[in-house]
Amino acid sequence: FAFPNAEKSDLPVFAMNYSRIQVPFEITLWVLLASFAKIGFHIYHKVTFWVPESCLLISIGLMVGAIMHAVHEEPPSVLSYNIFFLYILPPMVLDSGYFMPTRPFFENIGTVLWFAVVGTLWNSIGVGMSLYGVCQIGALEVQDINLQENLLFASIISAVDPVAVLNVFEDVSVNEQLYIVVFGESLFSDAVTVVLYNMFTFVAEMPVVETVDVFLGVAKFFVVGLGGLAFGLVFGFVASFTTRFTSNVREIEPLFIFMYSYLAYLVAELFNISSIMAIVTCALTMKYYVEENVTQRSCTTIRHVVKMLSSISETLIFFFLGVVTITTEHEWNWGYILFTLLFAFLWRGLGILVLTQIINPFRTIPFNFKDQFMLGYSGLRGAVTFALVFTLPDHIVRKKLFVTATICIILFTVFIQGISIRPLVEFINVRRTNRNLDTINVEVHSRLMEHAIAGIEDICGQWGHYYWKDKFMKFNNQILRKILIKDNQAESSIVALYKKLELQNAMEILDTVSEGTSTAPSVISLRKEKGPGKPKRKFVAADLRKMHDILSKNMYKIRQQTTEYTTKHSLPNDSHTKEILIRRHGTIRRSLRELCVCVCVYHSESKTKLTTSLFLSDNGEDETLSGGGYPSAPRSRIGQPSRSSSRVSLPLRRLDTLTEVSSSAGVDLVDERSGGRGRAGGRGKSRLNSSSSDSRVPAPPCHFDSSEVFHGNRDSMPEQEEPLSLSVTWAEEPSDHDDSSTQNPLLRRPRWNPVKPKNP
Amino acid sequence: MGSTNSTLSKIPNVEELMRETGFSPAHIVRLYDRFESLDKEKTGHLRPEDFGAINRLAMNPIGDRIIGAFFSSGQDTVDFHSFVRILAHFRPAENNRPRDPSLPEPVNSRISKLKFAFQLYDLDKDGKISRAELLQVLRSMMEMQVTEEQLESIADRTIQEADLDRDDAISFEEFRKVPLGDTLTLTQQRVASK
Repeated sequence: FAFPNAEKSDLPVFAMNYSRIQVPFEITLWVLLASFAKIGFHIYHKVTFWVPESCLLISIGLMVGAIMHAVHEEPPSVLSYNIFFLYILPPMVLDSGYFMPTRPFFENIGTVLWFAVVGTLWNSIGVGMSLYGVCQIGALEVQDINLQENLLFASIISAVDPVAVLNVFEDVSVNEQLYIVVFGESLFSDAVTVVLYNMFTFVAEMPVVETVDVFLGVAKFFVVGLGGLAFGLVFGFVASFTTRFTSNVREIEPLFIFMYSYLAYLVAELFNISSIMAIVTCALTMKYYVEENVTQRSCTTIRHVVKMLSSISETLIFFFLGVVTITTEHEWNWGYILFTLLFAFLWRGLGILVLTQIINPFRTIPFNFKDQFMLGYSGLRGAVTFALVFTLPDHIVRKKLFVTATICIILFTVFIQGISIRPLVEFINVRRTNRNLDTINVEVHSRLMEHAIAGIEDICGQWGHYYWKDKFMKFNNQILRKILIKDNQAESSIVALYKKLELQNAMEILDTVSEGTSTAPSVISLRKEKGPGKPKRKFVAADLRKMHDILSKNMYKIRQQTTEYTTKHSLPNDSHTKEILIRRHGTIRRSLRELCVCVCVYHSESKTKLTTSLFLSDNGEDETLSGGGYPSAPRSRIGQPSRSSSRVSLPLRRLDTLTEVSSSAGVDLVDERSGGRGRAGGRGKSRLNSSSSDSRVPAPPCHFDSSEVFHGNRDSMPEQEEPLSLSVTWAEEPSDHDDSSTQNPLLRRPRWNPVKPKNP
Repeated sequence: MGSTNSTLSKIPNVEELMRETGFSPAHIVRLYDRFESLDKEKTGHLRPEDFGAINRLAMNPIGDRIIGAFFSSGQDTVDFHSFVRILAHFRPAENNRPRDPSLPEPVNSRISKLKFAFQLYDLDKDGKISRAELLQVLRSMMEMQVTEEQLESIADRTIQEADLDRDDAISFEEFRKVPLGDTLTLTQQRVASK
């Protein structure tokens, strides 16, 4: 409202025009408020541990709604059908699709689709029919709801959103199959629900339904689903193809991803086929090829933006839910609502049981009852359900009743199931380890054994499914990759992995390690107590308990990678994988040009092939430096000190220290290391390769030292006692490197040098 | 299956291999396919970097040790026979056949699995797991935030529990005595179901 200055026509010096900005302003405020709330939740870790984020968001929404109600304010009526389907839903679905762990997904695709599609259908039809039956009971005054409307309502409340549950699953490390089924189910049940929703809304308008309509409905279902798939694939491939040429427009690379996926969505909407399927398929296809074509930073940007957008969408929906709960007028019908709740649970439980029985024979690892229970229990309803019911067309007479019932079921499942699932899961999954204090070594050895077995299994490959996968991979390598990926070199998967995992972030890990923990003191004490004549320690029961604790919390679980793709609310956490890879990797060759700061090249005059040298290869000439000859001066560019000055200048190397190496003449660093362990600061300079004269090292000493020494000690301690040790070192990469020729940091072909035992 | 036979005929000495390892023809064929798919350059031998192509193995904390176990005695290639022989350690056992004591220990017995595991620790092949070797393995299996001290105490305790002759190292005999029964049977089932 402008200030009342109607009579005068002077220039208003100060005026407010709220109505103009109202809608975007309020939306922004909401999103901001919800984000503050998220910050608040995470301050105290226990809160998010016990209460899923969706609960918290709804609670905030409820509070805001209460406030609004108190001041008699109306919530902005932003949530309309179009807004939801065109703007709010796509980011959420893109997020699910993009972060879908592809390998487990495809390995279990039959199961996932079975539970998601057939399960949702089962639920919708079951609940719909039962409710229709209930409606015939006169006492409940709901006779005017006909079958179509019941089915419509039932399909809406069958959309499952088990996000909150995935968090818990990850912590308790349920088996991978269960995890991926739950994850996939959320995605596809949304798709199915939307299809059913559209179908039934259409049908609800028809006065009479004939059998031919039923058949048409089924046919439409398939057309819609497969059509969505096809569209998604097409757009995915086009997007991948485009990114092949984007080397010169790095800054807008992420834009292509988003535009293409959104286009896929919209075009699918245009033809009335399943847009969710389209966008998911598009994301899945794109991800694989695009992540190879674009720069690391674009990759990161894409991931972050996807997460951000979906976070906004979900926040808005839940918020809205909370507000609407308080501010709209509800139509409350005890009978209908209670029966809804009852049937929803009943049919889900039944559905899971029946479906599992049918599919178990086809699975290599069948689901036992515990799994089935968890599957059933993870049927939380969430954002999509609410949005769908809220945007029901108004000609549905009992819309308010539906809204009320839906809100009830959402609140119930999210709060009660969401909060109780963690204790339940832990109760069911009670580890029956004998807390026998004598079994530290059993724990260690059995974990080793498990890793060994897992490794052997991986070597053998998946005997069942691997035929198709292999065929696809052949097709992929021979044809698709050539078209869709630029500079296509058949690279080893480890390289691809490294690229994906952004090794520069490895430094972050080291940072957190060296800062937070008691590394420094322990290192010092370490140096003192080394030596064979150490007295034997006696271990008290408390010590042993602590050890058990450490072991159970910190030992790497088998096949970490699946559970790292966790929730909707955070980016995939691959720090463990990174840790493992960092430690493991033997020789890595890097491109000369990419290398910044100190590059120390070990060359051994005598036998180069034994040493782990970071041989800097330049796009293909990757042969070892035989004798003498340092590579030509690395054009070492110091990465931006602004980002993490300490990090950038840290040279961390991997040494395979063999006796050969330490005895050979020309090795500089090794000598330094074995000799000068306690040396402070100025290592940077001294390590420099004579030819890398242009590297300027702003080495902030203490940081450098602690981790360097840390590494030094960790790795070089065994150095003396054993002729063999694998310690990891590698050179830092520039964080902002954007060389046009090789956009991805360094890793070309890692060479594996087998650690040859030489006899001392 | 026709293709089974044709593939089998490609493998030299396949009957002896089957007898030695106890794999069925179908198993051997599958393993051969797997071997070929790993051996990208079709040399008939696998080198360590070929194992590197297996993504999941790369993320295994002791992946490189497992790979190393295939390349025993200083060789840097492994042919199909050795490949299969090592995998045979993990072939699921047939428990119901009474063992003829005169025959050599079956390839996939508990002892062989334990020997394999022992190899994973004992990189310098001196027949003992020294404290330092144990420490290395521990370090690779634990997250990075575990301090050196904690690792050391765990290693000490591990040795203490198993080390009967007080030489501060675990020999194979001592390793055998560790009650690992559950793990072995569980894991056998997993490999079998594949």
